[in-house]
This record gives sequence, C-alpha cells and structure tokens, in this order.
Amino acid sequence: MLSPIEGSRAVAETVARCRPQVVCAYPISPQTHIVENLSALVKSGRLAPCEFVNVESEFAAMSVAIGASATGARAYTATASQGLLYMAEALYNAAGLGLPIVMTVANRAIGAPINIWNDHSDAMSQRDCGWIQLYAEDNQAAADLHVIGFRLAEELSTPVMVCMDGFVLTHAVEAVDVPDQTTVDRFLPAYQPRQVLDPDAPVTIGAMVGPEAFTEVRYLAHANQLRVLDRMPELAHQFATTFDRDIDVLVSPYRCDDADTVVVALGSVLGTLKDTVDGLRADGMPVGVLGLTMFRPFPVAAIRTAVGPAKRIVVLERAFAAGVGGIVSADLAGVLPAGEREMYTVVAGLGGRPVTRDSLREMLAAAFSGRLAPLTFLDLDERLLRAEEVRS
Amino acid sequence: MSQHVRFYQTGSFAVGNRLLPIQARTVQSDPTRSNSLTSGHRACRGCGEALGARYVLDAAMRATGGRLVTVNATGCLEVFSTPYPETSWRVPWLHSLFGNAPAVASGVAAALKVRDRGDIRVLGQGGDGGTVDIGFGALSGMFERGDDVLFVCYDNQGYMNTGVQRSGATPPAARTSTTQAVGSAPGNVFGQGKSAPLIAMAHEIPYVATATIADLHDLESKVERAMGLHGARYLHVLVPCPLGWGSEAAQTIRVARLAVQSGLFPVFEAERGNVTAVSPIRHRVHVEEYLRPQIRFRHLFEPTRRADVIDGLQAIADRNIRRFGLLPGRRHEATVCYHAAGRQQPGQQDRGLANRTPGVRGPAPAM
Ligand SMILES: Cc1ncc(C[n+]2csc(CCOP(=O)(O)OP(=O)(O)O)c2C)c(N)n1
Ligand code: SF4
Repeated sequence: MLSPIEGSRAVAETVARCRPQVVCAYPISPQTHIVENLSALVKSGRLAPCEFVNVESEFAAMSVAIGASATGARAYTATASQGLLYMAEALYNAAGLGLPIVMTVANRAIGAPINIWNDHSDAMSQRDCGWIQLYAEDNQAAADLHVIGFRLAEELSTPVMVCMDGFVLTHAVEAVDVPDQTTVDRFLPAYQPRQVLDPDAPVTIGAMVGPEAFTEVRYLAHANQLRVLDRMPELAHQFATTFDRDIDVLVSPYRCDDADTVVVALGSVLGTLKDTVDGLRADGMPVGVLGLTMFRPFPVAAIRTAVGPAKRIVVLERAFAAGVGGIVSADLAGVLPAGEREMYTVVAGLGGRPVTRDSLREMLAAAFSGRLAPLTFLDLDERLLRAEEVRS
Repeated sequence: MSQHVRFYQTGSFAVGNRLLPIQARTVQSDPTRSNSLTSGHRACRGCGEALGARYVLDAAMRATGGRLVTVNATGCLEVFSTPYPETSWRVPWLHSLFGNAPAVASGVAAALKVRDRGDIRVLGQGGDGGTVDIGFGALSGMFERGDDVLFVCYDNQGYMNTGVQRSGATPPAARTSTTQAVGSAPGNVFGQGKSAPLIAMAHEIPYVATATIADLHDLESKVERAMGLHGARYLHVLVPCPLGWGSEAAQTIRVARLAVQSGLFPVFEAERGNVTAVSPIRHRVHVEEYLRPQIRFRHLFEPTRRADVIDGLQAIADRNIRRFGLLPGRRHEATVCYHAAGRQQPGQQDRGLANRTPGVRGPAPAM
C-alpha cells in the first residue's frame, strides 16, 4: 500500500522485514536515520530476534558484520562517505570471504573539503572492491532493491551495496509501498550460509593464499559476479510476480529505442533527466535516458542492447576521477564499440549542487550542435574559479 | 575448572605434572587433548607464540567442552598456520584483517547469541601489534560493550611477521628493525609505555590477566577461569620470539621465565579493575640476566656496558615489584585498583629512569 514516508524510514522498515539478525551502527550523515529507525525497531521488539551492535567506527561495523555473517547470521549495516572509505579494507575482505552482507550507502561527497551533501564519490571509490553495487532511482527502488539485495547476496554468497542518494532520497518523503512481512517472507528464505563457523564441523575461513592460487581465487570471484548478471533478471521476474510491481535490476532505459542521443546516469538524477528528455522530445529532439541500476558487475550486454545504434552518448557523472575525468564513462568506452559514436563526459551535481532541467537542456543542446567539450563540468562557476586564482 | 593453587614448572621450583592427579595436569600432557593447533605449521623453531596459542586453545577447548569459535588477527600466528591449501586449525577459525579481530569476534558473539547458540564460546587472538596498536580501538569497543569474548594477546613485543618492527609493546631500549641500536639512545625509546592489561582493567571488565608460556599450569588455569566467566575478558601472554629477540630457540621458556623473575613482566589477575592475585617471584634475578641472552639488548653490553640504561630497566622492574607486590613477605604499594598502578603515591619516590636521565619524560612503563 502506498503511503508517504521518509526514504530512510522506508529503507529501515524494509530492511527490518528482511529479518536481519545482526545490525551494526555507526553514525554518519545522511545515513544516520536508517540505523536510528532500526535501533528503535529492535529495542521495541518489532524486529526480533536481532542484535543491534553500536560500534566504535565504521571499520568495526563492517568487521562485526563479517564475524556475524561468517557465523551464520544475516548481517546488515549502513554508511556513507568518509565512513565507507574508513571501511575500505574490510569491504574488500567481506567480498573476498564471500560473505553476503547487505549495506545501504546513503551517497555523499568525500572531503576535503568536507561536504555532507550528495554525490557518488563514496560508492564509486569502492567500485572494484568486489561488492555488487545497485543504485536506486527513487525510494520505492531503494526499498525494493534491499529485498532483492539480500536474496541475491545469499544465493551467490557475495556482499551487496544498495546506493541511494543522500538527502535527495534518504530525507525525502515520497509515497512508497513498503513491502509487507508476509510477502517478503515468501520471497526471501532464511539465510543458508555457504560455510559457517561451527564447532561441529570446524572450517578455516580466511586462510593465507600465495601466488600459486591467488589469481584463480580472483578469477572465481569474477566468474561469480558474472553469475549475478545471469541471475538478476530471473530474480526481478520473481520479485515482480511476488510483489506485483516491476523493478529494474540491471538497466532502466527510457525512450531509448529510437534515440540518436542517450544520456547515461545513475540514481535520483534520472527523474530530472527523464523530465528534461520529455521536453526535448516535444521539441523534436530524439533523446533517451539509460539508467544504470547495477554498476557492479557492469551489465555490459544490457547496456549494449539498450543503447542500440545511438550515435551520441552523454554520461552524466556524479563523481569524477581527478586527473582523468569520468568513471562511468571509462567503463562505457570500454564496452561500447567505438565506430561513429561520440562520447561525452559531463560531471554534474558534485557535493550536492542541484542538477537542473535548464542546465541539462542547455548541455544537451550543445551536444546536438557539436559544441559540447568531451569533458564538461556542468554549471561551473567561472567567477568563483577566478576568485580562487586571485587568492592563490 | 578453576585452579587457584600455583604450580611451578620443572626448571624453577618443580611441581611437575607427574606429581599431580591426572585431572590437575596440564591439558598438553593429555594425549587425548583437542590438539587445536596441530603440528606441521610453519612457525620458527622455538616460537613462543605457537606454544602459547596451543596451550591457550587446548585449555579453552577443555573449558568449553570443545564448543569454541576462534577469530585471529593478521600476524605470525595466522600466516604460519594457514598457508593455502593447508590449515593447522582443528577449531572453527576465522581470519579477517590485522586491525579488526576484536570486532570480528564481537560479530561472531552477536551471531551466536541471536542464533541461540549460547553453548558456543568465542576466543579472539592476535599479536601485540594487532592488539595493542592497530586493533586497539576495536578491542576497547569490545570491552566497553562487554561482548562475550575472551581476547588473547600473544605479546612477542614487536611486529614479528613483517620483520621485527617496533610495536607499542616493545620494551624500552630494545633493538628492532625500526628502533636500531645506533645513536646516543640506541634501541626503542624510554617513553611512557603502553600497558594493555592496565588499560583493559580501566574498562572494568570481568577478567584481565597476564601470563607467560613459562608457567603452563598458570596459563591454562587462567584460560579456564576466563572461560568460566561471561562478558569481555582479556588475557595477555608473554611469548618470546627467538627470531625477533635473538634468543636461542631452546631458551624460549627460560627467557619467558626470566622476564617474570626479573620483575619486568608482572604476572597477575584482575577482576572488574582490581588486582585480585599476583604470581610472586620466588627467585628474583637482576634484569641483566634476562637481557643478556637476547641479541635485541646486546648493545647494552657491547662494546661498552650501558649501566645507565640497564639501571633504568632495573628501575622499571623494581617498580613493578613494588606496585604488584611480587616479592612475598614484602609490603607492596596499592595494587587493588588500576588507578593506583598507574600513578605515584603521595610522598613516594620515583626511582624510574625519569628522575635520572635528562630529557626523559614521565614514569617508566609497567611492562
Ligand atoms: C592495515 C595493515 N597494516 C599493516 C599490515 C602488515 N602486517 C601484517 S602482520 C603485521 C605485524 C603483526 O604483528 P603482531 O600483531 O605483533 O603479531 P606477530 O606477527 O608479532 O605475532 C603487520 C604490520 C597489515 N596486514 N594490515
Ligand atoms: S618470527 Fe617469532 S613469533 Fe613469528 S613465527 Fe618466528 S618465532 Fe614465532
């Protein structure tokens, strides 16, 4: 049933219905509301049995999740920004150990300079750590992706990160159909660990692996990620029939079929983009939008199909790689056959700067007329730049 | 089974296993013991850490009826025991990272609790680097939450696995690969020191103890005692490292014993922040006897004898002896609570190096 609810709360309620058994919490904006809500659910007994562990750092949060998951408990935590980077070492570890932890990342910029507002720098910085990365376009998707995330994580013994834009989604009140307990229970069976620490059948988890087998371990990790791509569409189908609503799990194409220009983006900016594209279409410009729900593993086949023969790709990046430019663009350039296609990287919305329809229209008009630079920072304030130059 | 009688091993004041009833002998003398850490691992000859881990785990297995899960920090113990595809562990064993073993153990404890597996107990372990330095925040968090974990630190007083670098538990003046025996103050600094057991006591957790591999009955009984309690518990075991200390492989146990007999490593038990028992020194030795068999202290004797430094170390040992009342029959200073152990009593003279050597700050470390 649709009802207005804050994004963080919708996620907390949904996560609770996934019956996590160990929830670890360390505060950082804009993730905090999620674990606060969960703590209340656990304390009130509405989420039971569950151990809510207040830890001393994000590094400990992920470590507690690792221990819990390896001991057969469904483990969950949430973080953002500096917290995600503080976890980095443990993130690679959770993935390497094949532990199906699910974590919400309430995306936020990384300092310095310190900035609590939204962009994708945090999750993008961890794109190669071996976690599945899913990006929510709106709060309904944010909630639903957690349910699918737990199922996928546990089926394939791999950790899943659900990314939702900080503030823009976490603090926004939207109408969301929070999945109800009975339906979630039908979709998500109890956690069956691949291997578990148990005195009755002792295993050594986390052994040291030398050069003779390390490459093979990594190869298998890659193969496992590719299995995710095969499995996801089937899970999405099951989800749709169980919950009676569709969910995009790999990509979400919008008016791409006959588009000669496709704008690729992730997360909540897709709403604004679709709106803009509707306007441009009305003006006779054949533009489409391709949302990437899954960024890791990179859904290559689905992207190729969705982009089709479009001759212009504009990647709207919400993070960037200093010294190079686009992060998503680099991945796309690697998998889309070059040929006649023009590729543009547009860095937008860093540190919470609003991405407006007007700016997007202007940028796309420039792309159509061949005036767009290969790497563009949207709405760059030249006056501020000059002022800084004078100061330095 | 908790054992309150103190035993002395062959070589000191012998009450050997053979003189004891079978149930009171060490776990290691029992051919049907769990053998948690099997032989064939790749530790150096005479490795104190391998010995310590074996005693600790087998004792913990006995105490828990084999219902035990182990978590291990990165370090020698992890590396020498699990070269893929082999493992030396016959207990459920998990290694994650260098700095997170206490937190991982907390996660294991939380999972066992929520899964209603209260019969299974958790033992975390790491070297002094993993425990006293990089994992210290996680350890403190685990203590403060009171998670049901026994954490054991195998203190070989350095980062041995990466090539014998200094850790927060390295004693003053010791040579390591990052505190070389050169310059006017060779070896490690004479600083404030960092006593993990005393800091653990400051958390007022149910049980904190120190032990060495020179007294197996004591070590095992402390593990058993710790396993008989719930909540966060801490055991700090001195485990000489022949490679890093430059001691003879055959002398590991003797060196550990000398650390105790000199007063440099006080052996005690504490509950909820109060010292409840100490292992008295029966045969006191000058610190020199402990320092001499170790190459890491050779620069204190060659080319010239550094009486100033040796006296400084002796002062630390003397202070430990006073603080913890390690000499039977002698009046000792307040040892009842951790506050007293770290501070000067009014009117009490500090005979530590601080008052003697110019440029050295603060009281000398406790161990
Ligand atoms: C974050 C991190 N930094 C450094 C290392 C390298 N490292 C591995 S083991 C180790 C030293 C271990 O020393 P200690 O904990 O005292 O155990 P020991 O080997 O002496 O038993 C270090 C520095 C690491 N694994 N992780
Ligand atoms: S270096 Fe030291 S602690 Fe490490 S295995 Fe060798 S003797 Fe043991």
